[in-house]
Amino acid sequence: MFLTDDEKRMRDGAEGAAVAAAMDLLIRYGQALDADRLCDVRNVAGTMTQPSPVKARLVSEGGWDKAFAVINLDSDEDLEIPAMRVPTCQLQHGFGADALGVVPYPKQNIELQASAESFYGRHGVNILATCTPYQVGNLPMRGEHCVWMESSAVIYANSVLGARTNCEGTASSGAASLTGKIPCWGNHRDENRYGTHHIEVSVRVDNFQDWGMLGYFAGGVAGEDHPVITGDFGRPDLTDLKHFGAAAATSGGVELYHIPGITPEAATLSAAFNGARPPTAVGYGPAERRAVYDTLNEIGSSTDVDFVLLGCPHASVDQIRRAAAALDGKRLSAGTELWLMAPRALKDVADRSGYTEVIERAGGHVLADSCPAMSRAAPKGTRVFATDSAKQVHYLPAILGIEAWFGTLEECVDAAVTGRWHGELR
Amino acid sequence: MTRARGARRVILHGRTVVPGVVEGEALVSHEPISGWGGIDPARGVIIERRHELVGVCFTGKVLVFPSAKGSSGWSGFFQTTRLSGTAPIGMVIGRISAKSALGAVVTRVPAVTDLDADPCEVISTGDWVRIDNGLVEVFKK
Repeated sequence: MFLTDDEKRMRDGAEGAAVAAAMDLLIRYGQALDADRLCDVRNVAGTMTQPSPVKARLVSEGGWDKAFAVINLDSDEDLEIPAMRVPTCQLQHGFGADALGVVPYPKQNIELQASAESFYGRHGVNILATCTPYQVGNLPMRGEHCVWMESSAVIYANSVLGARTNCEGTASSGAASLTGKIPCWGNHRDENRYGTHHIEVSVRVDNFQDWGMLGYFAGGVAGEDHPVITGDFGRPDLTDLKHFGAAAATSGGVELYHIPGITPEAATLSAAFNGARPPTAVGYGPAERRAVYDTLNEIGSSTDVDFVLLGCPHASVDQIRRAAAALDGKRLSAGTELWLMAPRALKDVADRSGYTEVIERAGGHVLADSCPAMSRAAPKGTRVFATDSAKQVHYLPAILGIEAWFGTLEECVDAAVTGRWHGELR
Repeated sequence: MTRARGARRVILHGRTVVPGVVEGEALVSHEPISGWGGIDPARGVIIERRHELVGVCFTGKVLVFPSAKGSSGWSGFFQTTRLSGTAPIGMVIGRISAKSALGAVVTRVPAVTDLDADPCEVISTGDWVRIDNGLVEVFKK
Protein backbone atom coordinates (compact mmCIF):
# COMPACT_ATOMS: atom_id res chain seq x y z
CA MET A 1 0.00 0.00 0.00
CA PHE A 2 1.35 3.42 -0.98
CA LEU A 3 2.01 5.79 1.93
CA THR A 4 2.60 9.53 1.64
CA ASP A 5 5.49 11.14 3.49
CA ASP A 6 3.26 12.39 6.31
CA GLU A 7 1.72 8.91 6.67
CA LYS A 8 5.21 7.38 6.90
CA ARG A 9 6.18 9.95 9.54
CA MET A 10 3.11 9.03 11.60
CA ARG A 11 3.88 5.32 11.19
CA ASP A 12 7.46 5.87 12.32
CA GLY A 13 6.48 7.66 15.51
CA ALA A 14 7.13 11.32 14.65
CA GLU A 15 3.77 12.23 16.21
CA GLY A 16 3.98 9.93 19.19
CA ALA A 17 3.40 6.29 20.00
CA ALA A 18 -0.41 6.44 19.92
CA VAL A 19 -0.48 7.94 16.43
CA ALA A 20 2.08 5.33 15.33
CA ALA A 21 -0.14 2.56 16.69
CA ALA A 22 -3.10 4.10 14.87
CA MET A 23 -1.17 4.15 11.60
CA ASP A 24 -0.03 0.56 12.15
CA LEU A 25 -3.68 -0.53 12.51
CA LEU A 26 -4.67 1.40 9.37
CA ILE A 27 -1.86 -0.27 7.41
CA ARG A 28 -2.86 -3.76 8.59
CA TYR A 29 -6.48 -2.93 7.79
CA GLY A 30 -5.62 -1.47 4.38
CA GLN A 31 -3.64 -4.59 3.51
CA ALA A 32 -6.54 -6.79 4.64
CA LEU A 33 -8.75 -4.88 2.21
CA ASP A 34 -6.12 -4.87 -0.56
CA ALA A 35 -6.39 -1.04 -0.64
CA ASP A 36 -3.70 0.78 -2.64
CA ARG A 37 -3.58 3.95 -0.50
CA LEU A 38 -5.19 5.92 2.32
CA CYS A 39 -7.38 9.01 1.97
CA ASP A 40 -7.74 12.10 4.13
CA VAL A 41 -10.80 12.38 6.36
CA ARG A 42 -12.00 14.99 8.81
CA ASN A 43 -15.27 13.53 10.03
CA VAL A 44 -15.20 10.52 12.36
CA ALA A 45 -18.22 8.99 14.11
CA GLY A 46 -17.12 6.17 16.35
CA THR A 47 -17.64 4.64 19.74
CA MET A 48 -15.43 4.98 22.78
CA THR A 49 -17.68 5.55 25.79
CA GLN A 50 -20.10 2.58 25.55
CA PRO A 51 -19.65 0.49 28.73
CA SER A 52 -18.78 -3.21 28.47
CA PRO A 53 -17.31 -5.78 30.85
CA VAL A 54 -14.05 -5.88 28.86
CA LYS A 55 -13.80 -2.08 28.91
CA ALA A 56 -14.43 -1.95 32.67
CA ARG A 57 -11.55 -4.38 33.19
CA LEU A 58 -9.19 -2.38 30.93
CA VAL A 59 -10.08 0.90 32.62
CA SER A 60 -9.42 -0.64 36.05
CA GLU A 61 -6.03 -1.85 34.77
CA GLY A 62 -4.82 1.30 33.02
CA GLY A 63 -7.49 3.96 32.78
CA TRP A 64 -9.16 5.17 29.57
CA ASP A 65 -5.79 5.44 27.82
CA LYS A 66 -5.50 1.66 28.14
CA ALA A 67 -9.09 1.05 27.00
CA PHE A 68 -8.62 3.25 23.91
CA ALA A 69 -5.28 1.57 23.09
CA VAL A 70 -6.69 -1.96 23.22
CA ILE A 71 -10.18 -1.45 21.83
CA ASN A 72 -9.92 1.61 19.57
CA LEU A 73 -6.37 1.07 18.28
CA ASP A 74 -5.99 -2.73 18.67
CA SER A 75 -2.65 -2.09 20.43
CA ASP A 76 -1.18 -3.91 23.44
CA GLU A 77 1.22 -1.05 24.22
CA ASP A 78 0.88 1.41 27.07
CA LEU A 79 -0.05 4.57 25.22
CA GLU A 80 -0.94 8.08 26.24
CA ILE A 81 -3.84 9.11 24.06
CA PRO A 82 -3.52 12.61 22.53
CA ALA A 83 -6.39 14.88 21.48
CA MET A 84 -8.37 13.80 18.42
CA ARG A 85 -6.64 15.03 15.26
CA VAL A 86 -9.89 15.55 13.30
CA PRO A 87 -13.51 16.26 14.32
CA THR A 88 -14.80 13.13 16.05
CA CYS A 89 -18.13 12.32 17.64
CA GLN A 90 -19.43 9.57 19.90
CA LEU A 91 -22.39 7.62 18.51
CA GLN A 92 -25.10 6.03 20.70
CA HIS A 93 -23.85 4.37 23.88
CA GLY A 94 -25.27 3.29 27.23
CA PHE A 95 -27.92 5.01 29.33
CA GLY A 96 -27.14 8.02 31.48
CA ALA A 97 -28.07 8.97 35.04
CA ASP A 98 -31.44 10.38 33.93
CA ALA A 99 -32.58 6.85 32.98
CA LEU A 100 -32.23 5.63 36.58
CA GLY A 101 -35.59 4.59 37.96
CA VAL A 102 -36.97 3.94 34.47
CA VAL A 103 -34.48 1.61 32.81
CA PRO A 104 -33.16 -1.40 34.72
CA TYR A 105 -29.53 -0.69 34.00
CA PRO A 106 -26.42 -1.20 36.16
CA LYS A 107 -25.36 1.89 38.09
CA GLN A 108 -21.70 0.97 37.57
CA ASN A 109 -22.24 1.27 33.79
CA ILE A 110 -23.65 4.77 34.23
CA GLU A 111 -20.64 5.73 36.35
CA LEU A 112 -18.17 4.14 33.91
CA GLN A 113 -19.76 6.02 31.01
CA ALA A 114 -19.75 9.31 32.91
CA SER A 115 -16.01 8.96 33.47
CA ALA A 116 -15.57 8.08 29.78
CA GLU A 117 -17.49 11.20 28.70
CA SER A 118 -15.24 13.31 30.87
CA PHE A 119 -12.03 11.73 29.47
CA TYR A 120 -13.08 11.81 25.82
CA GLY A 121 -14.63 15.26 26.07
CA ARG A 122 -11.23 16.52 27.22
CA HIS A 123 -9.71 14.81 24.16
CA GLY A 124 -12.04 16.58 21.75
CA VAL A 125 -14.75 13.99 21.20
CA ASN A 126 -18.21 15.53 20.68
CA ILE A 127 -20.61 13.45 22.80
CA LEU A 128 -23.58 13.43 20.38
CA ALA A 129 -24.69 10.10 21.89
CA THR A 130 -26.98 9.08 19.05
CA CYS A 131 -27.15 6.60 16.18
CA THR A 132 -28.35 9.54 14.03
CA PRO A 133 -25.51 12.13 14.15
CA TYR A 134 -26.93 13.61 10.93
CA GLN A 135 -29.96 14.79 12.93
CA VAL A 136 -27.98 16.74 15.50
CA GLY A 137 -25.14 18.64 13.94
CA ASN A 138 -22.95 16.20 12.02
CA LEU A 139 -24.29 16.61 8.50
CA PRO A 140 -21.49 15.79 6.06
CA MET A 141 -21.34 17.45 2.66
CA ARG A 142 -21.86 15.58 -0.59
CA GLY A 143 -18.58 13.87 -1.54
CA GLU A 144 -17.08 14.32 1.93
CA HIS A 145 -14.90 11.40 3.01
CA CYS A 146 -16.04 10.19 6.42
CA VAL A 147 -15.25 7.39 8.84
CA TRP A 148 -18.55 6.41 10.34
CA MET A 149 -19.73 3.45 12.32
CA GLU A 150 -23.40 2.55 12.90
CA SER A 151 -24.80 0.80 9.86
CA SER A 152 -27.99 2.90 9.78
CA ALA A 153 -25.96 6.13 9.83
CA VAL A 154 -23.49 4.86 7.22
CA ILE A 155 -26.23 4.04 4.71
CA TYR A 156 -27.89 7.41 5.36
CA ALA A 157 -24.62 9.32 4.88
CA ASN A 158 -23.77 7.52 1.64
CA SER A 159 -27.19 7.37 0.06
CA VAL A 160 -29.19 10.37 1.25
CA LEU A 161 -26.32 12.83 1.78
CA GLY A 162 -23.90 11.59 -0.89
CA ALA A 163 -21.03 11.52 1.61
CA ARG A 164 -18.51 8.67 1.41
CA THR A 165 -17.93 6.15 4.16
CA ASN A 166 -17.54 2.43 4.55
CA CYS A 167 -19.22 0.71 7.46
CA GLU A 168 -16.28 1.22 9.78
CA GLY A 169 -15.58 -0.38 13.14
CA THR A 170 -14.38 0.58 16.60
CA ALA A 171 -10.68 0.21 15.81
CA SER A 172 -10.67 1.80 12.35
CA SER A 173 -12.63 4.82 13.59
CA GLY A 174 -10.35 5.13 16.61
CA ALA A 175 -7.27 5.03 14.38
CA ALA A 176 -8.83 7.56 11.98
CA SER A 177 -9.61 9.97 14.82
CA LEU A 178 -5.89 10.21 15.68
CA THR A 179 -4.59 10.33 12.08
CA GLY A 180 -7.29 11.77 9.80
CA LYS A 181 -6.76 8.77 7.48
CA ILE A 182 -8.67 5.69 6.31
CA PRO A 183 -8.07 3.13 3.53
CA CYS A 184 -9.30 4.63 0.24
CA TRP A 185 -11.39 1.59 -0.58
CA GLY A 186 -15.00 0.66 -1.29
CA ASN A 187 -17.46 3.52 -0.99
CA HIS A 188 -14.68 6.15 -1.08
CA ARG A 189 -14.13 5.52 -4.80
CA ASP A 190 -16.35 6.73 -7.66
CA GLU A 191 -16.35 3.40 -9.49
CA ASN A 192 -17.82 1.57 -6.47
CA ARG A 193 -20.83 3.82 -5.99
CA TYR A 194 -23.13 2.70 -8.79
CA GLY A 195 -26.21 0.51 -8.51
CA THR A 196 -26.00 -3.28 -8.76
CA HIS A 197 -29.62 -4.40 -8.29
CA HIS A 198 -32.86 -2.90 -9.54
CA ILE A 199 -36.01 -3.17 -7.44
CA GLU A 200 -39.27 -2.10 -9.08
CA VAL A 201 -42.01 -1.23 -6.58
CA SER A 202 -45.59 -1.96 -7.63
CA VAL A 203 -47.38 -1.66 -4.30
CA ARG A 204 -48.21 1.26 -2.01
CA VAL A 205 -45.17 2.68 -0.20
CA ASP A 206 -46.13 5.95 1.44
CA ASN A 207 -45.52 5.83 5.18
CA PHE A 208 -42.87 5.03 7.79
CA GLN A 209 -43.83 1.36 8.10
CA ASP A 210 -43.93 0.89 4.29
CA TRP A 211 -40.44 2.33 3.89
CA GLY A 212 -39.08 0.08 6.64
CA MET A 213 -40.57 -3.03 5.01
CA LEU A 214 -39.25 -2.02 1.59
CA GLY A 215 -35.81 -1.49 3.14
CA TYR A 216 -35.90 -4.92 4.76
CA PHE A 217 -36.80 -6.41 1.37
CA ALA A 218 -34.06 -4.43 -0.41
CA GLY A 219 -31.44 -5.73 2.05
CA GLY A 220 -32.55 -9.29 1.38
CA VAL A 221 -32.28 -8.77 -2.39
CA ALA A 222 -29.04 -6.78 -2.52
CA GLY A 223 -27.06 -8.25 0.39
CA GLU A 224 -23.97 -6.05 0.61
CA ASP A 225 -24.56 -4.46 -2.80
CA HIS A 226 -26.35 -1.34 -4.01
CA PRO A 227 -30.08 -1.55 -4.70
CA VAL A 228 -31.72 1.03 -6.94
CA ILE A 229 -35.39 1.58 -6.16
CA THR A 230 -37.98 2.77 -8.68
CA GLY A 231 -41.76 2.83 -8.70
CA ASP A 232 -44.81 4.95 -8.17
CA PHE A 233 -44.33 5.88 -4.53
CA GLY A 234 -44.68 9.03 -2.51
CA ARG A 235 -41.70 11.27 -1.78
CA PRO A 236 -39.95 9.94 1.35
CA ASP A 237 -38.78 12.29 4.11
CA LEU A 238 -35.81 12.06 6.50
CA THR A 239 -37.74 9.80 8.87
CA ASP A 240 -38.81 7.39 6.11
CA LEU A 241 -35.29 7.04 4.70
CA LYS A 242 -33.83 6.71 8.19
CA HIS A 243 -36.08 3.64 8.60
CA PHE A 244 -35.53 2.33 5.06
CA GLY A 245 -31.74 2.42 5.45
CA ALA A 246 -31.70 0.93 8.94
CA ALA A 247 -33.81 -1.97 7.69
CA ALA A 248 -31.73 -2.55 4.53
CA ALA A 249 -28.54 -2.57 6.62
CA THR A 250 -30.14 -5.10 8.99
CA SER A 251 -31.52 -7.74 6.62
CA GLY A 252 -28.48 -7.36 4.35
CA GLY A 253 -25.34 -5.30 4.58
CA VAL A 254 -26.42 -2.44 2.33
CA GLU A 255 -24.27 0.69 2.75
CA LEU A 256 -25.43 2.59 -0.33
CA TYR A 257 -28.62 2.72 -2.40
CA HIS A 258 -30.10 5.06 -4.96
CA ILE A 259 -33.65 6.26 -5.52
CA PRO A 260 -33.53 8.04 -8.88
CA GLY A 261 -34.86 11.57 -8.64
CA ILE A 262 -34.69 11.57 -4.86
CA THR A 263 -31.19 10.65 -3.66
CA PRO A 264 -28.39 12.94 -4.89
CA GLU A 265 -26.10 10.65 -6.89
CA ALA A 266 -28.74 9.29 -9.25
CA ALA A 267 -30.88 11.80 -11.11
CA THR A 268 -32.15 9.00 -13.36
CA LEU A 269 -32.25 5.19 -13.44
CA SER A 270 -29.56 5.26 -16.09
CA ALA A 271 -27.32 7.48 -13.97
CA ALA A 272 -27.72 5.07 -11.05
CA PHE A 273 -26.09 2.38 -13.21
CA ASN A 274 -23.48 4.71 -14.76
CA GLY A 275 -25.23 4.56 -18.12
CA ALA A 276 -25.15 0.77 -18.27
CA ARG A 277 -28.34 -1.15 -18.88
CA PRO A 278 -30.03 -1.86 -15.53
CA PRO A 279 -30.20 -5.53 -14.54
CA THR A 280 -33.55 -7.32 -14.71
CA ALA A 281 -35.75 -5.75 -12.08
CA VAL A 282 -36.82 -7.64 -8.96
CA GLY A 283 -40.46 -6.89 -8.21
CA TYR A 284 -41.79 -5.65 -4.87
CA GLY A 285 -45.55 -6.13 -5.03
CA PRO A 286 -48.34 -7.11 -2.63
CA ALA A 287 -47.02 -10.68 -2.15
CA GLU A 288 -43.49 -9.50 -1.35
CA ARG A 289 -44.82 -6.84 1.03
CA ARG A 290 -46.93 -9.46 2.81
CA ALA A 291 -43.94 -11.82 3.05
CA VAL A 292 -41.74 -9.12 4.66
CA TYR A 293 -44.51 -8.28 7.13
CA ASP A 294 -44.94 -11.95 8.07
CA THR A 295 -41.17 -12.40 8.51
CA LEU A 296 -40.94 -9.40 10.80
CA ASN A 297 -43.86 -10.75 12.87
CA GLU A 298 -42.91 -14.43 12.96
CA ILE A 299 -41.46 -14.26 16.48
CA GLY A 300 -44.70 -12.99 18.04
CA SER A 301 -47.16 -15.54 19.47
CA SER A 302 -48.59 -14.04 22.66
CA THR A 303 -50.63 -10.90 22.06
CA ASP A 304 -50.10 -9.67 25.63
CA VAL A 305 -47.69 -6.80 25.08
CA ASP A 306 -45.71 -5.55 28.07
CA PHE A 307 -43.26 -3.21 26.35
CA VAL A 308 -43.50 -0.78 23.42
CA LEU A 309 -40.33 0.65 21.90
CA LEU A 310 -40.33 3.62 19.52
CA GLY A 311 -37.44 5.61 18.09
CA CYS A 312 -35.13 3.15 16.31
CA PRO A 313 -33.07 4.67 14.80
CA HIS A 314 -33.35 7.58 17.26
CA ALA A 315 -36.55 9.51 16.65
CA SER A 316 -36.83 12.71 14.66
CA VAL A 317 -38.70 15.63 16.23
CA ASP A 318 -41.57 14.84 13.90
CA GLN A 319 -41.75 11.27 15.23
CA ILE A 320 -41.78 12.50 18.84
CA ARG A 321 -44.55 14.95 17.98
CA ARG A 322 -46.60 12.23 16.30
CA ALA A 323 -46.13 9.87 19.26
CA ALA A 324 -47.28 12.64 21.60
CA ALA A 325 -50.34 13.27 19.42
CA ALA A 326 -51.23 9.56 19.45
CA LEU A 327 -50.84 9.37 23.25
CA ASP A 328 -52.53 12.69 24.07
CA GLY A 329 -55.22 12.16 26.74
CA LYS A 330 -54.59 8.40 26.88
CA ARG A 331 -53.20 6.26 29.68
CA LEU A 332 -50.90 3.26 29.26
CA SER A 333 -52.17 -0.15 30.36
CA ALA A 334 -51.00 -0.97 33.93
CA GLY A 335 -48.80 -3.83 32.73
CA THR A 336 -47.23 -2.06 29.73
CA GLU A 337 -44.36 0.40 29.40
CA LEU A 338 -43.57 2.68 26.46
CA TRP A 339 -40.11 4.09 25.74
CA LEU A 340 -39.29 6.46 22.93
CA MET A 341 -35.59 6.80 22.11
CA ALA A 342 -34.29 10.14 20.79
CA PRO A 343 -31.04 12.07 20.44
CA ARG A 344 -30.56 14.12 23.63
CA ALA A 345 -30.47 17.37 21.62
CA LEU A 346 -33.87 16.56 20.11
CA LYS A 347 -35.27 15.48 23.48
CA ASP A 348 -34.48 19.05 24.57
CA VAL A 349 -36.56 20.30 21.64
CA ALA A 350 -39.38 17.90 22.59
CA ASP A 351 -39.21 19.08 26.21
CA ARG A 352 -39.50 22.73 25.15
CA SER A 353 -42.29 21.95 22.71
CA GLY A 354 -44.35 20.15 25.36
CA TYR A 355 -44.25 16.74 23.59
CA THR A 356 -42.34 15.04 26.41
CA GLU A 357 -44.90 16.17 28.96
CA VAL A 358 -47.78 14.72 26.89
CA ILE A 359 -45.97 11.38 26.53
CA GLU A 360 -45.09 11.28 30.25
CA ARG A 361 -48.64 12.18 31.27
CA ALA A 362 -49.78 9.06 29.42
CA GLY A 363 -47.19 7.04 31.34
CA GLY A 364 -44.53 6.81 28.62
CA HIS A 365 -40.90 7.89 28.71
CA VAL A 366 -38.68 9.81 26.31
CA LEU A 367 -35.12 8.50 26.74
CA ALA A 368 -31.82 9.58 25.21
CA ASP A 369 -28.33 8.24 24.47
CA SER A 370 -29.06 4.55 23.99
CA CYS A 371 -31.64 1.88 23.19
CA PRO A 372 -32.71 -1.52 24.58
CA ALA A 373 -30.57 -3.39 22.03
CA MET A 374 -27.38 -1.38 22.71
CA SER A 375 -27.80 -1.61 26.48
CA ARG A 376 -29.48 -5.02 26.67
CA ALA A 377 -32.14 -3.42 28.83
CA ALA A 378 -35.93 -3.60 28.79
CA PRO A 379 -38.55 -3.15 31.51
CA LYS A 380 -38.23 -5.87 34.13
CA GLY A 381 -40.13 -9.03 33.22
CA THR A 382 -40.66 -8.12 29.55
CA ARG A 383 -41.77 -11.17 27.58
CA VAL A 384 -43.43 -9.56 24.56
CA PHE A 385 -42.54 -6.24 22.98
CA ALA A 386 -43.92 -4.22 20.08
CA THR A 387 -42.12 -1.69 17.91
CA ASP A 388 -42.51 0.33 14.73
CA SER A 389 -38.87 -0.39 13.77
CA ALA A 390 -37.91 -3.19 11.38
CA LYS A 391 -34.38 -3.04 12.76
CA GLN A 392 -35.28 -3.32 16.43
CA VAL A 393 -37.79 -6.13 15.79
CA HIS A 394 -35.02 -8.03 14.00
CA TYR A 395 -32.38 -7.67 16.71
CA LEU A 396 -34.07 -7.37 20.10
CA PRO A 397 -35.64 -10.86 20.29
CA ALA A 398 -32.18 -12.44 19.80
CA ILE A 399 -30.49 -10.07 22.25
CA LEU A 400 -33.07 -10.30 25.06
CA GLY A 401 -34.83 -13.59 24.30
CA ILE A 402 -38.29 -12.02 24.00
CA GLU A 403 -41.20 -12.14 21.55
CA ALA A 404 -41.83 -9.26 19.17
CA TRP A 405 -44.49 -7.53 17.10
CA PHE A 406 -43.90 -5.05 14.29
CA GLY A 407 -46.51 -2.48 13.27
CA THR A 408 -47.28 1.18 12.83
CA LEU A 409 -46.79 3.90 15.44
CA GLU A 410 -50.57 3.94 15.96
CA GLU A 411 -50.71 0.15 16.46
CA CYS A 412 -47.83 0.35 18.93
CA VAL A 413 -49.56 3.11 20.90
CA ASP A 414 -52.76 1.05 20.87
CA ALA A 415 -50.83 -1.92 22.26
CA ALA A 416 -49.36 0.27 24.99
CA VAL A 417 -52.81 1.57 25.94
CA THR A 418 -54.72 -1.73 25.77
CA GLY A 419 -51.89 -4.12 26.65
CA ARG A 420 -52.85 -6.21 23.60
CA TRP A 421 -51.47 -6.47 20.08
CA HIS A 422 -54.11 -5.81 17.40
CA GLY A 423 -51.78 -5.06 14.51
CA GLU A 424 -52.37 -6.20 10.96
CA LEU A 425 -51.08 -5.37 7.52
CA ARG A 426 -53.21 -2.68 5.93
CA MET B 1 -10.56 -33.73 16.47
CA THR B 2 -7.70 -34.17 14.09
CA ARG B 3 -7.22 -34.62 10.40
CA ALA B 4 -8.82 -37.88 9.14
CA ARG B 5 -6.24 -40.39 7.92
CA GLY B 6 -6.20 -40.76 4.12
CA ALA B 7 -8.64 -37.86 3.77
CA ARG B 8 -9.33 -36.43 0.31
CA ARG B 9 -7.40 -33.19 -0.02
CA VAL B 10 -8.57 -30.02 -1.82
CA ILE B 11 -6.44 -26.90 -2.21
CA LEU B 12 -7.85 -23.41 -2.63
CA HIS B 13 -5.80 -20.38 -3.62
CA GLY B 14 -6.74 -16.93 -2.39
CA ARG B 15 -5.51 -13.65 -1.00
CA THR B 16 -4.12 -13.13 2.50
CA VAL B 17 -6.27 -10.92 4.74
CA VAL B 18 -4.31 -11.52 7.93
CA PRO B 19 -0.98 -13.33 7.50
CA GLY B 20 -0.29 -16.54 9.40
CA VAL B 21 -0.59 -20.30 9.51
CA VAL B 22 -3.18 -22.27 11.47
CA GLU B 23 -5.05 -25.55 11.20
CA GLY B 24 -8.18 -26.94 12.77
CA GLU B 25 -11.72 -28.09 12.30
CA ALA B 26 -13.96 -26.05 10.01
CA LEU B 27 -17.29 -24.54 10.98
CA VAL B 28 -19.07 -23.53 7.77
CA SER B 29 -21.87 -20.99 7.55
CA HIS B 30 -23.68 -20.69 4.23
CA GLU B 31 -25.40 -17.53 5.43
CA PRO B 32 -23.66 -14.22 6.19
CA ILE B 33 -22.75 -13.70 9.83
CA SER B 34 -23.80 -10.76 12.01
CA GLY B 35 -21.44 -9.58 14.77
CA TRP B 36 -23.37 -7.26 17.07
CA GLY B 37 -26.74 -8.90 17.75
CA GLY B 38 -25.58 -12.02 15.90
CA ILE B 39 -23.00 -13.52 18.25
CA ASP B 40 -22.53 -13.69 22.00
CA PRO B 41 -18.82 -12.93 22.41
CA ALA B 42 -18.77 -14.09 26.04
CA ARG B 43 -19.62 -17.65 24.92
CA GLY B 44 -18.44 -17.58 21.28
CA VAL B 45 -21.90 -18.64 20.10
CA ILE B 46 -24.08 -17.55 17.18
CA ILE B 47 -27.37 -16.20 18.56
CA GLU B 48 -29.21 -14.80 15.51
CA ARG B 49 -32.59 -16.47 15.64
CA ARG B 50 -33.09 -17.00 11.93
CA HIS B 51 -29.50 -18.20 11.36
CA GLU B 52 -28.65 -21.75 10.26
CA LEU B 53 -25.99 -21.95 13.01
CA VAL B 54 -28.03 -20.49 15.89
CA GLY B 55 -26.72 -21.92 19.16
CA VAL B 56 -23.46 -23.21 17.60
CA CYS B 57 -20.08 -22.31 19.17
CA PHE B 58 -17.23 -21.17 16.89
CA THR B 59 -14.51 -21.02 19.57
CA GLY B 60 -11.36 -22.80 18.40
CA LYS B 61 -12.79 -23.44 14.92
CA VAL B 62 -11.78 -22.18 11.50
CA LEU B 63 -14.83 -20.09 10.69
CA VAL B 64 -15.81 -20.31 7.02
CA PHE B 65 -18.50 -17.84 5.93
CA PRO B 66 -19.64 -16.01 2.78
CA SER B 67 -19.63 -12.44 4.17
CA ALA B 68 -20.30 -10.20 7.15
CA LYS B 69 -23.64 -8.49 7.54
CA GLY B 70 -25.45 -6.14 9.84
CA SER B 71 -24.10 -3.70 12.38
CA SER B 72 -20.74 -1.93 12.34
CA GLY B 73 -20.16 -3.59 15.72
CA TRP B 74 -18.97 -6.64 13.76
CA SER B 75 -15.24 -6.13 14.29
CA GLY B 76 -15.63 -4.98 17.89
CA PHE B 77 -17.61 -8.10 18.78
CA PHE B 78 -15.03 -10.40 17.20
CA GLN B 79 -12.25 -8.43 18.92
CA THR B 80 -14.11 -9.14 22.18
CA THR B 81 -14.04 -12.88 21.42
CA ARG B 82 -10.24 -12.60 21.32
CA LEU B 83 -10.15 -10.67 24.60
CA SER B 84 -12.59 -13.20 26.14
CA GLY B 85 -10.80 -16.33 24.90
CA THR B 86 -13.75 -17.43 22.73
CA ALA B 87 -12.41 -16.51 19.26
CA PRO B 88 -12.25 -18.68 16.18
CA ILE B 89 -8.66 -19.70 15.26
CA GLY B 90 -8.91 -18.67 11.62
CA MET B 91 -11.29 -17.17 9.07
CA VAL B 92 -12.03 -18.13 5.48
CA ILE B 93 -14.12 -15.29 4.04
CA GLY B 94 -16.01 -15.61 0.78
CA ARG B 95 -16.31 -11.92 0.04
CA ILE B 96 -14.36 -9.34 2.00
CA SER B 97 -15.88 -6.11 3.33
CA ALA B 98 -14.77 -3.38 5.70
CA LYS B 99 -16.51 -5.23 8.54
CA SER B 100 -14.94 -8.63 8.00
CA ALA B 101 -11.48 -7.27 7.04
CA LEU B 102 -11.24 -5.20 10.21
CA GLY B 103 -12.85 -8.03 12.18
CA ALA B 104 -10.16 -10.47 11.08
CA VAL B 105 -7.41 -7.92 11.80
CA VAL B 106 -8.54 -7.26 15.38
CA THR B 107 -9.33 -10.93 16.07
CA ARG B 108 -5.67 -11.43 15.07
CA VAL B 109 -6.20 -14.81 13.44
CA PRO B 110 -4.97 -15.98 10.01
CA ALA B 111 -7.60 -15.06 7.44
CA VAL B 112 -7.96 -15.47 3.70
CA THR B 113 -10.40 -14.35 0.98
CA ASP B 114 -10.87 -14.14 -2.83
CA LEU B 115 -10.50 -17.90 -3.23
CA ASP B 116 -10.58 -19.65 -6.61
CA ALA B 117 -13.69 -21.63 -5.57
CA ASP B 118 -16.56 -20.92 -3.21
CA PRO B 119 -15.19 -21.97 0.19
CA CYS B 120 -18.68 -22.40 1.63
CA GLU B 121 -19.39 -25.07 -1.02
CA VAL B 122 -15.98 -26.79 -1.05
CA ILE B 123 -15.54 -26.92 2.73
CA SER B 124 -17.99 -28.71 5.03
CA THR B 125 -18.37 -28.39 8.78
CA GLY B 126 -16.04 -30.91 10.40
CA ASP B 127 -13.47 -30.89 7.58
CA TRP B 128 -9.88 -30.29 8.70
CA VAL B 129 -8.60 -27.00 7.28
CA ARG B 130 -5.09 -25.57 7.14
CA ILE B 131 -4.67 -21.86 6.32
CA ASP B 132 -1.16 -20.92 5.19
CA ASN B 133 -1.40 -17.23 4.28
CA GLY B 134 -3.17 -17.18 0.88
CA LEU B 135 -3.43 -20.97 0.65
CA VAL B 136 -6.22 -23.13 2.11
CA GLU B 137 -5.76 -26.90 2.36
CA VAL B 138 -8.95 -28.82 3.01
CA PHE B 139 -8.94 -32.43 4.26
CA LYS B 140 -12.45 -33.79 3.75
CA LYS B 141 -13.77 -35.66 6.74
